[in-house]
Amino acid sequence: MPAGDGPTTTVTDGPVDGAVPTVAAETATVDAATVEAALVTPMVRRRTGRVIAGVSGGVADHLGVDVLWVRAVFTALAGLGGAGVLAYGLLWIFMPQAPADTAPIETSPRERQQALGLAAVGAGLAIASGVLGGTAGAWITGPLGVALVGAAVVWREADESQRRRLLRTGAGSVLGQGPVGLVRILAGVVLVGGGLAIFLLGNVNLGQLQFALLAVGAALVGVAVITVPWWLKLMRDLGAERSARIRTQEREEIAAHLHDSVLQTLALIQKQADAPREVRRLARGQERELRNWLYDPKGYGRAGSPSQAGQTLATALASAAAEVEDTYAVSVQSVVVGDSSLDPQLAALVQAAREAMVNAAKHAGIAEVSLYVEVEADEVHVFVRDRGAGFDPDAVSPDRHGLADSIHGRMERNGGSVRLRTAPGEGTEVQLQMPRRTPADAGAEQVGT
Amino acid sequence: MTAPEEPRAPRTGPVTVFLVDDHALFRTGVRAELDNAGAAGVRRVTVIGEAGSVNEAVVGITHHKPDVVLLDVHMPDGGGAEVLRRARLTDPDVVFLALSVSDAAEDVIAVIRAGARGYVTKTISGRDLVAAVCRVADGDAVFSPRLAGFVLDAFADRPGAAPISDPELDLLTPRERDVLRLLARGYAYKEIAAELFISIKTVETHVSSVLRKTQLSNRYELSRWAADRRLV
Repeated sequence: MPAGDGPTTTVTDGPVDGAVPTVAAETATVDAATVEAALVTPMVRRRTGRVIAGVSGGVADHLGVDVLWVRAVFTALAGLGGAGVLAYGLLWIFMPQAPADTAPIETSPRERQQALGLAAVGAGLAIASGVLGGTAGAWITGPLGVALVGAAVVWREADESQRRRLLRTGAGSVLGQGPVGLVRILAGVVLVGGGLAIFLLGNVNLGQLQFALLAVGAALVGVAVITVPWWLKLMRDLGAERSARIRTQEREEIAAHLHDSVLQTLALIQKQADAPREVRRLARGQERELRNWLYDPKGYGRAGSPSQAGQTLATALASAAAEVEDTYAVSVQSVVVGDSSLDPQLAALVQAAREAMVNAAKHAGIAEVSLYVEVEADEVHVFVRDRGAGFDPDAVSPDRHGLADSIHGRMERNGGSVRLRTAPGEGTEVQLQMPRRTPADAGAEQVGT
Repeated sequence: MTAPEEPRAPRTGPVTVFLVDDHALFRTGVRAELDNAGAAGVRRVTVIGEAGSVNEAVVGITHHKPDVVLLDVHMPDGGGAEVLRRARLTDPDVVFLALSVSDAAEDVIAVIRAGARGYVTKTISGRDLVAAVCRVADGDAVFSPRLAGFVLDAFADRPGAAPISDPELDLLTPRERDVLRLLARGYAYKEIAAELFISIKTVETHVSSVLRKTQLSNRYELSRWAADRRLV
């Protein structure tokens, strides 16, 4: 075996005890990083295995590269007039923290040392470049640097308190908890305030007015910098709280609906167990209602709720069918192809179709009626069919008005026509046809599902 | 898929059926109904096995090699369409009849597109179910009135529809349209044949042809309905 072979071969045979765990740990972290990268993780700051705020770790997880490289880049950028420090600060503000349930990331002490060293080098480079470059002058780099460190301390404490709050899952205060948190925040505030004060004192040679303006401006900047974490947290919490509230509302609505409808019906069915006709009626009504509620409001055979009934031909027919089902304890199997907005002619068609269904339910002596509706470009066809007793149309006594008035009369008054196919024992089919008044614009309006 | 008009020798023995549904209660009910109705009818239908999950179903179908699989559309782990996809890889000769409480176009079209030979709703009577099982076992298609309605709707000519790329698949012939309309009106095959003055065999041929078009056409509604269930 050649020397310096891949680490995997050393892992398989165990005798070299000391080296094995670290090697394994290293490969494990690399694996975790690549796996996470493969899933295109969102940019989030690490909670564990971090040195300052977990920004570098988060960026590395997101890009799928080693953390060391990211840290090196930030350090190098810090040498360019403090750009790395600025970038780090901005990312700190805008990257959310990883969720609390993320698996902890192991870091070796060596890696921590490296990271701390790089952070120190970065800070040094930023200060040095400020001093040497003369872009801002040492008198700015110094006090503002102090202010930045203060801001960092405050922000970090905000992160910590947020994590503790999430761990307890209770609503804690925005401020840090316990004396340690308070001390940290106070230290941060003092650093920020002190830095800004020194910065101002460096400018005493300014006029009174300018000095006052600058002081007010600096105070505002200080307050803004210190409160950034809370503003951000407030916004995020608001979003999280809103989505949680929406979820709860939805769940409550579903529970309420099931209680009002399904559970009540089941209770009724148990009470009426010895009346099969009534049980069937209840079950059918409940099924229709639940279907109606579950599926998309523009689907087929839909019983429109009373408030919106009659909006389109399909919903009007569906509610007519539902009414017949409920009143006469038959089931209406309805198939609707196409749809159209309702005009007076089509409303008359719906009435006639309803009458035909009622006739079938009352006289045919069967449990099922078929309703088929097809909306074409220039006319609408409705077929109401049963496989029941049938009758002889010529033998219907003239004092029976249902068919003559409600169907024939109504259709003819509105320009439609009726055909009847029936014979004793053969079932009955009523065929209704109604022209559409304005096929062009009605067709463009509401066709299909 | 072979040509649907190829004549098949009608089988004489009992039709073997495999039940797939995640509700044990429902399986028991269907089994009893099939046994009762099959005993009274012309042909016997025997339930040779049942399964309550996708994996069980795939294993069971491979093992029992039934004539017909009665398939529930809604199940955990991918539902009926997943069973169809996996079982058809190993046993392309087994035919599937989908059975569901759902009347949503997405569900109905999705299982048909995945390869089911028919679709009936769970409220179907025992006798009609036996007839439907025998029909798909003989290589024909079973269209519930509602499925016929969906297909008519999907193939309807409407203003602004996508252009037809393959007229062979994307258009219904006037005769197929007539047959579908009668199916949607609740007519049985025998009644359709009498109404249109054609033989029952011709009705079956038309329905099989419509099934093939429904499975293979690229009409917008069909692919959209199937896509809503991630099944294209």
